[in-house]
Amino acid sequence: MIKPLERTGVWYPQVSSNKWKRKFKKNLVFLLMVAPTVIYFFIFSYIPMAGVYMAFTDYSFTGGIFGSKFIGLANYDALIITGDLLRITMNTLLYNLVFIFLSNLTAMFVAILFSELTGKFFKKVTQSLIFLPHFISFVIVGAFIYNTFNYEAGTLNTLLKTLHYEPVDVYSNEYIWPFILVFFNLWKSLGFYTLMYFAAIMGINTEYYEAAKMDGASIFAEIRYITLPLLKPTFIILVLLSLGSIMKGQFDLFYNIVGIAPINILRITDIIDTYVFRMATQGVNYSSAAAVGLYQSLIGFITIIVVNKLVKIRDPERSLF
Amino acid sequence: MQSKDTRFFRIIAFIIIISIAIICLLPVLLVISGSFTSESSIIKYGYSLIPKEFSINAYKLVFKSAESIGNAYLVTVSVTVIGTLIHLVLAFMTAYALSRKDFQWRNIIAFYILFTLLFSGGLVPWYILCVRYLHLKDTFFALLQFNLVSAWSVFIMRTNIKQISEEIIESALMDGAGEFRILSQLIVPLSAASITTIALLTALTFWNDWSNAMLFINNQKLYPLQYLLYKILNSAEFMHAAIQRGAGISSVVAPRESVKMAVACIATGPIIFLFPFLQRYFVKGLAIGAIKG
Repeated sequence: MIKPLERTGVWYPQVSSNKWKRKFKKNLVFLLMVAPTVIYFFIFSYIPMAGVYMAFTDYSFTGGIFGSKFIGLANYDALIITGDLLRITMNTLLYNLVFIFLSNLTAMFVAILFSELTGKFFKKVTQSLIFLPHFISFVIVGAFIYNTFNYEAGTLNTLLKTLHYEPVDVYSNEYIWPFILVFFNLWKSLGFYTLMYFAAIMGINTEYYEAAKMDGASIFAEIRYITLPLLKPTFIILVLLSLGSIMKGQFDLFYNIVGIAPINILRITDIIDTYVFRMATQGVNYSSAAAVGLYQSLIGFITIIVVNKLVKIRDPERSLF
Repeated sequence: MQSKDTRFFRIIAFIIIISIAIICLLPVLLVISGSFTSESSIIKYGYSLIPKEFSINAYKLVFKSAESIGNAYLVTVSVTVIGTLIHLVLAFMTAYALSRKDFQWRNIIAFYILFTLLFSGGLVPWYILCVRYLHLKDTFFALLQFNLVSAWSVFIMRTNIKQISEEIIESALMDGAGEFRILSQLIVPLSAASITTIALLTALTFWNDWSNAMLFINNQKLYPLQYLLYKILNSAEFMHAAIQRGAGISSVVAPRESVKMAVACIATGPIIFLFPFLQRYFVKGLAIGAIKG
């Protein structure tokens, strides 16, 4: 049978079985390429999925995952009655919402300012500095927080003492911590987001600005009528994509900044991820921790599906699937 | 000639951006300064931007107890190098295969990988799997396994590879090249930018990781750098023991706070030094990625 190879437009005489064999051999090569990755995900992502069964058992070391006693939804009873589940969910959601909107708005603001600046050297240096926090691990941030806020020798209290004010015990005042957390999240993520918006601004056709200038528009008008509207799609997409993972908190940030804290502070700063981690490392109540994990994954899954549908409507290119 | 408006705006922009840059830099400066301050000055005056009493005692002490830090450096560097290499190879191979229309099952595999981003079994089942069934406790592999490959890397690389014109691959196939050969000799050089970006991101992830050590490592010889730092910062006993062992001085007079800062500097040192160079590639790669969406 003579079949055209469409892409090259050349006519090749083909024997069917030969083609099939070649195609299979080719697919085998590709299979080989993806094999390690597939195996990796199977072991470390898919097999643990079976472990969600743990959420419904009273885990015991002797029984293992599948040998422990089945107790249905009982694990959730304790979590709901103590209010733990609600508390950590609220913390996770609220912090994430603030993080997302603050980071995006600030980054957009900074990116616009940045784009209007001149001076290559200045731009390069400040850009490096704004990006620097991204490379610093949160363990170091934890060290910094400690050395700023600790009661005896912290920078803050030293400053207050020199100004003849009473030193503040930040570690027992829970209301300051949300601000500390929000500030440091912004500190760390600003570089990344600013870059995104800056890249988007660079993609705006300069003709728009030139036309505006010719019509005598001030720089404020330019920003208001050209830059902002054209950045809106980027903003919406970035926010939506972040909202998709709203059930996942930034473990590193919360765990290291707060450190080992008394209960009243944990109440305000514990998120799902740190809660589960704490329970897993303190090794007492594995099944409760697994129950919370399942809860997080399930709701996160629904959230991402919904959000992806929304993203698809706005900008199909940017959707995850 | 700039209009008055523009000039005013530029000045405000200048001020704001400089302030932000300084705020970003400040914490780092405080930690560095703290490491060069004498312990007594810290106790008396607290931390400050410029050391009130300059002293390299903290560093001296750290180098006396160099064994644990040197070890940690070895661990972290090996984990970073090996981990990043494996990650790049795996992710790129997969991305290439997924980008080829000839691959019959590319959509199924793509979904298979994507799904891991959407749903996960949670920390606890994963932990039990690693500890109880795979016996990964106190192994080098335990520090690698969390990031041997990631769905994000695969998809980002796939997008980048897709941008390479198909003609090149077609003609190579015509010339009788095998897929692996095409991959290594053709696609890799053409994708240098995205490979570099992913390499930097992955290396950074490995370098800064500490939670895996917390979950899996009890053997002090296997502590990576950030975890060692974490332990020193959060456990007074740990630090006392380390200092006493190394320097043979009583813990009463031993510098504590400045040593914490010194270790922090040492742990991040390489990153800070490499940072200006890395940043250029990083920014370029991200910007390209961001524009293409």
